[in-house]
Amino acid sequence: MRRAALILTPYLWLLALFLVPFIIVLKISLSDTALAIPPYTPTLDFGAGWQGIKDFVGALDFENFTFLTTDDLYWKAYLSSVRIALIATTLTLLVGYPIAYGMARAPEHWRATLMLLVILPFWTSFLIRVYSWMGILSGEGYLNQFLLWIGLISEPLTILNTPVAVYIGIVYTYLPFMILPVYAALERMDGSLLEAAEDLGCSRLTAFWLITIPLSKNGIIAGCFLVFIPTIGEFVIPSLLGGSQTLMIGKVLWEEFFNNRDWPVASAVAVILLLILIIPIILFQRNEQKQREADG
Amino acid sequence: MRKLILTTTATLALSALSATAQEVRVYNWSDYIDEDLITEFEQETGLKLVYDVFDSNEVLETKMLAGGSGYDVVVPSGTFLQRQISAGAFQKLDPSKLPNLDNMWDVVEQRTAQYDPDNAYSINYMWGTTGIGVNVGQVKELLGEDAPIDSWELVFNPENMDKLAECGVHFLDAPAEMIPAALKYIGEDPNSHDPDVIAKVEEVYAPVRDSIQKFHSSEYINALANGDICVAVGWSGDILQARDRAVEAENGVEIAYNAPKEGAQMWFDQMAIPIDAPNPDGAHTFLNFIMDAENMAAASNYVYYANGNKASQEYLVEDVIGDPAIYPSEEAMNNLFTTTPYPAKVQRVVTRLWTKIKSGT
Repeated sequence: MRRAALILTPYLWLLALFLVPFIIVLKISLSDTALAIPPYTPTLDFGAGWQGIKDFVGALDFENFTFLTTDDLYWKAYLSSVRIALIATTLTLLVGYPIAYGMARAPEHWRATLMLLVILPFWTSFLIRVYSWMGILSGEGYLNQFLLWIGLISEPLTILNTPVAVYIGIVYTYLPFMILPVYAALERMDGSLLEAAEDLGCSRLTAFWLITIPLSKNGIIAGCFLVFIPTIGEFVIPSLLGGSQTLMIGKVLWEEFFNNRDWPVASAVAVILLLILIIPIILFQRNEQKQREADG
Repeated sequence: MRKLILTTTATLALSALSATAQEVRVYNWSDYIDEDLITEFEQETGLKLVYDVFDSNEVLETKMLAGGSGYDVVVPSGTFLQRQISAGAFQKLDPSKLPNLDNMWDVVEQRTAQYDPDNAYSINYMWGTTGIGVNVGQVKELLGEDAPIDSWELVFNPENMDKLAECGVHFLDAPAEMIPAALKYIGEDPNSHDPDVIAKVEEVYAPVRDSIQKFHSSEYINALANGDICVAVGWSGDILQARDRAVEAENGVEIAYNAPKEGAQMWFDQMAIPIDAPNPDGAHTFLNFIMDAENMAAASNYVYYANGNKASQEYLVEDVIGDPAIYPSEEAMNNLFTTTPYPAKVQRVVTRLWTKIKSGT
């Protein structure tokens, strides 16, 4: 009994927090828009009994999904989101790995403090942190003032409202998600392996490529997924830091929802986004599971 | 532990109950009130005022159509109000609870009646125009002394925009206003609902698109005031607020606002009570408070927007009532146009076109 309850809990969790919301969104994606509260039809009327449910199901169709194929905006936005997420993930890895490496190599009594420093920004609202980047990156912002002051540039750089600003924002925001798993993997690594490699004639760089990188592979994979998955659907960072030319699916979804008041099409966009994300999520799960098995 | 949870839940439930009895929740545009009025309202009525802000009609409309927003007073613009009334989102006002209705200005009421017949669901809060704000010094430096700062030529003529791109141009991210403006510029009916006519707007934006740094509906206030940008197509009072902030900051930035001479859009922000407002009585108290001549004047004096309250005019400072950018002359008023809401199919065309203009796809 107790065991059944233990096994059941995660499934109930999944059911309540994933499956039920998904079914609601899926249901709306099969409906039609209407000028009413809520702005779609049909709505489920349990009062009408069995007939009501039958009418309800009969009124659903896949029209909104076929609509998505008629306009190239949608696949272009999906593609552009995947591209931005891929580039941003690579950049985050390039910035995050050395930090994690330095943390894992730091004297033991320092590590807790370093870890705290990585997590500390989370104590401030995400929105405020992104807003402060606007102050840093704007034409009259701190970065430009500093660069002008040291004489590196003579004209302020336009960074805010460009894709560069979006990448800076994403790397900054998601950096801890990369550092923590990579750090966890590196910290567990046995230092004597490196000594052995050097004893056997490896240069330090070769030892890094042959020993450290492969042993931190699982951390790298976990970090990349943790950055990639939320970045695809990212809305706040591109809308605050990016210009209007930054096309991302989160923005398209917003427009369907808010500008067109077309909840059904917005839901269809969301359902497809989820289907796209399921692939990396499954890969991620499999990687985690493999790692657990390897750890015994 | 369980006891703690029980007590906490009970306290929360209690505070939720008492909250609905004494609170009025208002959802208004950002930078749109003298915040002293909030404290005054609380002192005068003993009600607690929860004041939240938004910066786009679309966000408000989505909350209204989702239902259960929890707000008692909201402030949609005319065309949005009209559509939300037909969706059944608002309740009729009870004039017996609004003695200050006598203060309202018939000139504005006649115009708002096209969105809300008989003004049965709403009162006018403020109105204004959509025009062009410029950093006078920077624009004249780039375009010369005779820069057309009072014309749509400034922002739709590629020759001007190529030069202005250097100092930064923002446009409103509001298709329902930026598309009529472009139609007016090419001499079409700004209120056209014909997709073929609306499509012409794309050609107006194509040559100037790359010179527009950002489409955003609230950032330009600070950006103009700080000198980060030199031109913003925006709402009259917002640009005048930017002018004021620049004066206060003494940063040498001089901002001017003009409703373009070819014709500019006139819009109305209306206060209305959602159908499911938790505290409709409190909402009426708030509306009546706002319609008080002195209170309304305080709000206008603070945000530089004209209001629909005739009685408030004697309390307006000269900077507001005497400024033709805020209270245009009767002749200039005739040059302003209003628009009506797009039907759903046309709305989709408009949004799609706007996305295409902004992102190139």
